[in-house]
Amino acid sequence: MDKWLYIVLSLIAASVLAAVATLEVAPPLIFVAALLIAAGAWTFADRMFPNESGAEENGEGYSGEDESEGDPVGPETTGTYFAPGFARTLIENIPGPVMAVSEKGRVTYYNAAAGQEFPQLKNANHFANVIRAPAFVAAVTETLKDGVARSTRFTTFDSTGKLFLANINRTDPDEESDFGTQAVIQLEDYTLVERTERQRSDFIANASHELRTPLASIIGYIETLQNHARDDPEAQERFLAIMARQAERMQRLVDDLMSLGRIEMNQHVKPREALDPISIMSDCASAMLPLAEQDGAVIEVDLDPSIGIEVMGDRDQLSQVFTNLLDNALKYGGEASRVKVSSVMGASGGKIGITVADSGPGIPRDKIPRLTERFYRVNVNQSRNRGGTGLGLAIVKHILTRHGGRLEIASEEGRGSRFTVWLPLANRKESAA
Amino acid sequence: MAHIVASFDEDLVQVQARISEMGGLAEELFAKSLDSVRNRDADLAREVIARDKDLDDMEMDLEESVVKTIALRQPVANDLRVLIAAMKISSTLERIGDLSKNIAKRAIPLSSARPVQLTSSITRMGRETMNQLSKALNAHASRDVDLALEVWNQDYEIDEMYNAIFREVTTYMVEDSRLIGVGAQLMFITKNLERIGDHTTQIAELVYYIVKGETLEDRPKGDPTGVIFAES
Repeated sequence: MDKWLYIVLSLIAASVLAAVATLEVAPPLIFVAALLIAAGAWTFADRMFPNESGAEENGEGYSGEDESEGDPVGPETTGTYFAPGFARTLIENIPGPVMAVSEKGRVTYYNAAAGQEFPQLKNANHFANVIRAPAFVAAVTETLKDGVARSTRFTTFDSTGKLFLANINRTDPDEESDFGTQAVIQLEDYTLVERTERQRSDFIANASHELRTPLASIIGYIETLQNHARDDPEAQERFLAIMARQAERMQRLVDDLMSLGRIEMNQHVKPREALDPISIMSDCASAMLPLAEQDGAVIEVDLDPSIGIEVMGDRDQLSQVFTNLLDNALKYGGEASRVKVSSVMGASGGKIGITVADSGPGIPRDKIPRLTERFYRVNVNQSRNRGGTGLGLAIVKHILTRHGGRLEIASEEGRGSRFTVWLPLANRKESAA
Repeated sequence: MAHIVASFDEDLVQVQARISEMGGLAEELFAKSLDSVRNRDADLAREVIARDKDLDDMEMDLEESVVKTIALRQPVANDLRVLIAAMKISSTLERIGDLSKNIAKRAIPLSSARPVQLTSSITRMGRETMNQLSKALNAHASRDVDLALEVWNQDYEIDEMYNAIFREVTTYMVEDSRLIGVGAQLMFITKNLERIGDHTTQIAELVYYIVKGETLEDRPKGDPTGVIFAES
């Protein structure tokens, strides 16, 4: 309101001058001066109090500058054209991904769930750059053309391998907002449903094959106990001990298979908790110490817990990764093995590597690519004697896939092996989502 | 990125979108060719062979629109790089389509032969190559240099898998001469996968070129100490 005070004061000054002008000799000159003062006051007031300017000039509350910025087809536009208020909040909060695409194929809106599912989503980006599955691209293009609603399934081919059902509709052009027709896309994640089905058959195939050997041996011993060894307490005791070992092995196998199954089911769900992998590794190493002592092995821990690194992770699963690697190092690290645990930062930053190195016989080069295969063992007998199930590294691989990390294996025969777990640090894409 | 002529922006966006669409089709043909080997599915293999033509047509269309854009807009610097890289990537994707078609062709005789254990190693290598290709295409769509470098640095995992399977198949053929026919088909499929891996690396290199204006050199190869990465 101060601005108006200024204007009123200067108008008074001007009229005083004008009044004087009527009395005195040079009226036109003074009248012009009065007008200049008034105009000057106006501009001065404008500069002093810019916030109040404009509003009174334009009934709709828009200044000229705002209008030129609001060009709705410019590629730089970041805002969405979606009607504000209740409807928008409603769609924003729908748990499934929803997005809208303009006639030219540009993304014009996406809700929070879509942004989380597809981090590469950006307004004004072409939708095919985000989801390029041919069936999906064809369905969106067709629906934009003919307005017929369509549904299509598509998969992504990255390591998470997701399956989606896309429901595509077209909106009518909105005349009030000069907003053309839009394809509205709603996505449903079918990954879990599909995986459950596939897993059932996988489990049966894997389990039946691997359980057959211990089961056959147990049945064999039962038959012996029923016949020849019926009256031989010494043999009975020996056979029962072997049977117990085989039964334990079957139990471990079933446990590992079930654990692998659970991990696979969740492989496409990103972990949400920020954790310090160094401290988890330290805990795991401490927990393995008694076992190492039993074998006459040494675990050297060279970790600095004070650097305070964080990754997005699942605590139990990361513990399982580290425990499996330590367990392997103790199992296959040879006699009186020395296991070294250390950490390293990634060369380009954004990653932490935690290494478990052993002093064992090493792994032949042509076997390394197959190590993470289910039930693959470099040396079948050695693994069975040590109670290995052949699933340890497969579990590690699946957990790391879920965490966006990877397992690096370096080995040289006669010089031991190094298993490095690489995990992306927390503060990059995850925390922004 | 905004140009005075807004329709030039539109041209560039459309070129990028066509590349993504070609990438999507190449991925699908490749995935289906692998499925046809794994599931011994000759019909699926025939579908891949038939649809490879679409990818060829898309490459021709893209090349035409890139040439037209270059002639009409006379782009420089980054825009020129985007367009040149688009031409190269589209012909790389077309090659990947051809290699997938070749895998599918070999799946047809394999589907009537006795099933062999080796196919599981090959589908594993195929899955790994598939992930790499998908990552390279994501890197291109979002201009992500870090991701492109990751792809570029990981290709020798595929080379190592190739070497391992090569040895495996050779042993297999030595042990039973009746399996030489099947073994030869598997050997060619593995070689095709290794080639697709190399083409994928080239896409990653082109992403680096678009963003940085420089080319990458001296790609890491599988080295004698046996440093291998067991997939991400």
